[in-house]
Amino acid sequence: MIGKSVPRKEGNNKVTGAAKYTNDFSVAGLLHAKLLTSPHAHATIKSIDVREAKKCPGVRAIVTGVDYPILTGSAIEDRPILALEKVRYFGEPIAVVVADTEYEAQNACTFIKVEYEILPVVNTVEEALEGKHPLVHEEFKNYTQVKELRPDPTRNVSNHVTVRKGNINEGRTLSDITVEIDVSFPQSDHAAMETRSVRAEILPSGEVYLHSSSQAPFTIKQSIGKYFNINENKVIVHTPLVGGAFGGKAAIQLELIAYAASKAVGGKLVTLTNTREDDMVSSPVHIGMSANVKLGATNQGELIMAEIKFLFDSGAYVDEASDITTTAALNCTGPYKINHVWCDSYCVYTNHPYSTSFRGYGHSELGFAIERAMEILANKLKIDPMELRIKNAIKPGDTTPSQAPLTKGNIGNTAKCLERVKELINWEEGQVVPISDRIIKAKGISSLWKTSMSPTNASTGAIITFNKDGTMNLNVGVVEMGQGTKTTLTQLLAESMKVDESKIHVKMEVDTQTSPRHWKTVASTATFMAGNAVLEAAEDAKRQLKNNAAYALRCKPEELEVGEARVYLKSNPKSNVNVKDVAHGYKYENGNAVGSLVIGHGSFMMNHLTKKDPQTGKGVPGPAWTVGAQAVEVEFDTKTFFYKITKAVTVLDVGKVINPKGARGQVTGAMCMGLSWASREGFTFDENGIVLNNQFRTYKTIRYNENPKYIVEFLETPQSDGPYGARGLGEHGVIGMPAALANSLSAAAGVPINQLPIVPESIWRQKRGGVYDINKF
Amino acid sequence: MISINFEYHRPHSISEALEMFGELHAKGKEPIFYNGGTEIITMMRIHSLYTEARAVIDIKTIPECTYTGFQGDRLVIGSSIPLAQLQEMPEFPLLGKTCSRIADHTSREKITIGGNICGTIKYKEAVLPLLLTDCDLVIAGDNGINEIPIQQVFDKHMLLAPGSFVVQVLVKKQFLDLPYVSKKMTRIDRIGYPLLTVSALKTGEQARFAFSGLCDFPFRSNSVEDALNNQDWSVQERITNAISQLPAPLLGDAEGSAAYREFVLRNVLEESIAELKGG
Amino acid sequence: MKQMVELTVNGEKKRIYVRPAATLLNTLREELGLTGAKPGCENGDCGACTINFDGRPMKSCLTLSIEAVDHQVTTIEGLIDTPIQQAFVKQFAFQCGYCTSGFIMNCHALAELYPNANEYQIKDWLQSNICRCTGYEEIEAAITEVLKNKAIEDTPS
Ligand SMILES: Cc1cc2nc3c(=O)[nH]c(=O)nc-3n(C[C@H](O)[C@H](O)[C@H](O)COP(=O)(O)OP(=O)(O)OC[C@H]3O[C@@H](n4cnc5c(N)ncnc54)[C@H](O)[C@@H]3O)c2cc1C
Ligand code: FES
Ligand code: FES
Repeated sequence: MIGKSVPRKEGNNKVTGAAKYTNDFSVAGLLHAKLLTSPHAHATIKSIDVREAKKCPGVRAIVTGVDYPILTGSAIEDRPILALEKVRYFGEPIAVVVADTEYEAQNACTFIKVEYEILPVVNTVEEALEGKHPLVHEEFKNYTQVKELRPDPTRNVSNHVTVRKGNINEGRTLSDITVEIDVSFPQSDHAAMETRSVRAEILPSGEVYLHSSSQAPFTIKQSIGKYFNINENKVIVHTPLVGGAFGGKAAIQLELIAYAASKAVGGKLVTLTNTREDDMVSSPVHIGMSANVKLGATNQGELIMAEIKFLFDSGAYVDEASDITTTAALNCTGPYKINHVWCDSYCVYTNHPYSTSFRGYGHSELGFAIERAMEILANKLKIDPMELRIKNAIKPGDTTPSQAPLTKGNIGNTAKCLERVKELINWEEGQVVPISDRIIKAKGISSLWKTSMSPTNASTGAIITFNKDGTMNLNVGVVEMGQGTKTTLTQLLAESMKVDESKIHVKMEVDTQTSPRHWKTVASTATFMAGNAVLEAAEDAKRQLKNNAAYALRCKPEELEVGEARVYLKSNPKSNVNVKDVAHGYKYENGNAVGSLVIGHGSFMMNHLTKKDPQTGKGVPGPAWTVGAQAVEVEFDTKTFFYKITKAVTVLDVGKVINPKGARGQVTGAMCMGLSWASREGFTFDENGIVLNNQFRTYKTIRYNENPKYIVEFLETPQSDGPYGARGLGEHGVIGMPAALANSLSAAAGVPINQLPIVPESIWRQKRGGVYDINKF
Repeated sequence: MISINFEYHRPHSISEALEMFGELHAKGKEPIFYNGGTEIITMMRIHSLYTEARAVIDIKTIPECTYTGFQGDRLVIGSSIPLAQLQEMPEFPLLGKTCSRIADHTSREKITIGGNICGTIKYKEAVLPLLLTDCDLVIAGDNGINEIPIQQVFDKHMLLAPGSFVVQVLVKKQFLDLPYVSKKMTRIDRIGYPLLTVSALKTGEQARFAFSGLCDFPFRSNSVEDALNNQDWSVQERITNAISQLPAPLLGDAEGSAAYREFVLRNVLEESIAELKGG
Repeated sequence: MKQMVELTVNGEKKRIYVRPAATLLNTLREELGLTGAKPGCENGDCGACTINFDGRPMKSCLTLSIEAVDHQVTTIEGLIDTPIQQAFVKQFAFQCGYCTSGFIMNCHALAELYPNANEYQIKDWLQSNICRCTGYEEIEAAITEVLKNKAIEDTPS
């Protein structure tokens, strides 16, 4: 079962339109909610007049910020459910209208009169750090911090993370050569095809039912409980299939609004679904960054020191951005051995949409900065960029920037990935190869690494029950959002039970009342965590099956083995009993029943993670580092600066491939997303902080045939504590793509390209030596 | 999801459509003609246009509006013909090529040529071939049904009297298979609004040029054409002169800055002139 | 305000009350329970709502329900075991599945109308839809396979 390309379990439902997502639901009496959002990026709300709107046909209730003066947030409680007193970003929800139909709710929104007093906009992280007034959060000092942060409220900084490894002065002295670069990219969007959607109902018993297209149903439960002062055990969250998430659906936002909306109509069932425009800017987005990197090396190309500054654009509220700031700092060097590392990573408020986790969680961002610097270092040293990377690739025995020890069991083989990429991209041919008088072929490479920062006690579980015919039901708390975890887990269970995967029915929906608690479906940890839980549950089920079978076969349980839907004597497999006959206890021929109903359960908890030291960052942030290397090949028109991405390569050390076709799809999909981000995505803000591209019409993503030809290979250096040695792989394809693309185009164009997205116009500007700033025109 | 409510009417003849318009207008329903409906639906949804309309008159079942074919020495194109159909129509390759780059294929199954040239979008790319071929528009309105040269009713946008609508486009045969170029440049890749679109047609020794995306309206300009056709100048000089003759400043927006548009325009014109010379 | 209309959807005649302002996407999903067509943008940009209208691909968010009177509407629910559905499963041409109905309806129309479509036409048509999960490689494999088989079938022996 392991290593077999099993088609996804829910496949037939998805190709027939039968697969149900949160918003594919209607019932008589269902009420509809719509958001009114802010047309300004920074303004004081002088008044909100809902009187006219309330008179509109079909309207049942209107909720505004003052109805729930609560502040929320996973790291710091800085965000009101609906804007309170002021708006801090374009698209911020101000009011929610509940009506009999969606169109009536929408119609009523147009009758709400809001009076604003416009405030100057903090439109860049640099402006923010200058302490530009008014601050995004004047009241910062009164906020409740949930996680440990080091803020500087006078400069709009919510978190300042420092990493101090080795001695930077010594590093500077030992370096023969140093390079310094600035890189940046604006915020962008996850743009999952399903917009966020939620449905809420409050029953007279006090039970709260939510259906949400979320990566974090168990966190919703917690949040609703906490912010609305309800016992968490009364909150029940369902998550059916999710239409893509990419980190963007781990944040809790619409759920709180939907609860308030339902409460306002006496607990009736209310549904709230984002329009695309709202989904792009009102709900949280992918973080933006400006960074400065200095690398020092010997003349022979041995990396000595790194001094790095990250300025992350968290937008108006912190959400996950403070943790991304931390992760980027703790892993700031990428997969290279560097003894002297200083990193200052800042999480900065601006009047932009707020940022949350995105596929790669800080690693794609840090990767872009470090890999561009590596390229420039190689150029300056006149060393082949591939050789420079291979030479400095991190290995077991080295430590990470946060001084976490690396071992064979917790890190893969970066150098080997690079070597393989070198062959696959035909590096020997040369980085730049002319193919006609105008067109040149150019290549760029990048290494990548990623660890998964989770709470030090993140946990999960799995439950296995049996049907009459001996087939199994598998229930885990992992959300199926396209990553295929449910199929992978099925394969793990099938392998352990030695049955065909068709004998396993995996529950697609997560129901927090019956599914075992799973931290969050993020960080590519689902296979690792839930996979271990499933294997433990399988062992548990087998133990129980053996106990029951021991009655039937009149032997000791230890003498038995389970496989191929039977329990058999190890010494004589012919002496056996069907699983179906012992899964529900065993009935002797005379009718007497013995044994017990088999319910396998297993759990898994992250362990060995340690908190970081606040000054030096020292600590173990994640269970393991997945490493890899990537390359991009472009065909570049030296006259027009148009280019085509022709090839993209990924070699990833995934420990063990469980479903080859599924794994390839995860990686190519992530590569495509990384290239899309790097080549065309990013919000365009006008001088008032208004997002000009909040629709797919103007926010472009890669479409059919704009993708490159993909080459993907896996190395299998097992992760010692992974299920069958497997590591996560859902995010990694994204990570090196921006740098590889920028490296290829910098080589092609002969100018450094350090800003994303790289549209032909950006290359043109660089060629003219002009100041580059895609956000302004 | 459109929150505005309106009546939907489907006339089966031109006269019925005109009558309907009159009646609905008299009732204060601010009627609008509805063709592909793509602009009406998408703009109403975000409350940005047509918010006063309480009635739409779908002209797609009027036989004249869906007719294509030759009448005498002219090709007749009904105003309700979707762009996807024009894309596949061999009779007028320049129009087909230009239309094939507006929006995406599935949207083009719905967007009509009449709607594209009469709409409010600043690009109206389908109008370029029509400007180049001096076509006539059949317009129905209070004054009956008239053929009017496009130059008379199109200046930056359509100048239609309220209550009148475009029934057909009439293009003289002589223009249909002349050498042409049609190039759409976008910020990146194929799908999206134009940075600029250039359509050009070679009529004898002269070439005609029409543009979209350069300024905030589509246009064809005599002085630009004169400059581009001036054989006394080098190609670069012609282009520089043409740029100085543009009817409005170059657009700078989220698709691209004005300076970059100029850069792209130079390249595209250079290529176009070369291709027309060869063709 | 609502008006009775008769729509023909997946070969069945349905009499329903709709607002003239309701898009076909709204009506299919909310009145007819056919939720295979998805709202991804309601602006004509993403293709998730694609259906077939008299056999041609159409974005149901760009169409009023009332426009569908006297026309044949086919939704993903109306396709049963078609080659393109099988190919999507076989080729792993989807992950989250949200774009899938739209892609399949577009591919299906293409395969039915233009079994000999060339690469340019395939690209021209399929660029109407966005998939955010896959890298399009598997979708390409699926449509290519279906067209290839179709061409073989259609060749007289
Ligand atoms: C996804 C997408 C991408 C797009 N990209 C582009 C692009 O790249 N370039 C571009 O140019 N456009 C683009 N458009 C805009 C598109 O051109 C308009 O939506 C379309 O042109 C309107 O055509 P329609 O037939 O749908 O018109 P409708 O929406 O029916 O009508 C539009 C306007 O024209 C009027 N009208 C329609 N027909 C007539 C007539 N015969 N006589 C008088 N008045 C009439 C209507 O009353 C209305 O005011 C895009 C649209 C979409 C949906
Ligand atoms: S929902 Fe119709 S195209 Fe996106
Ligand atoms: S499979 Fe998720 S958008 Fe295509």
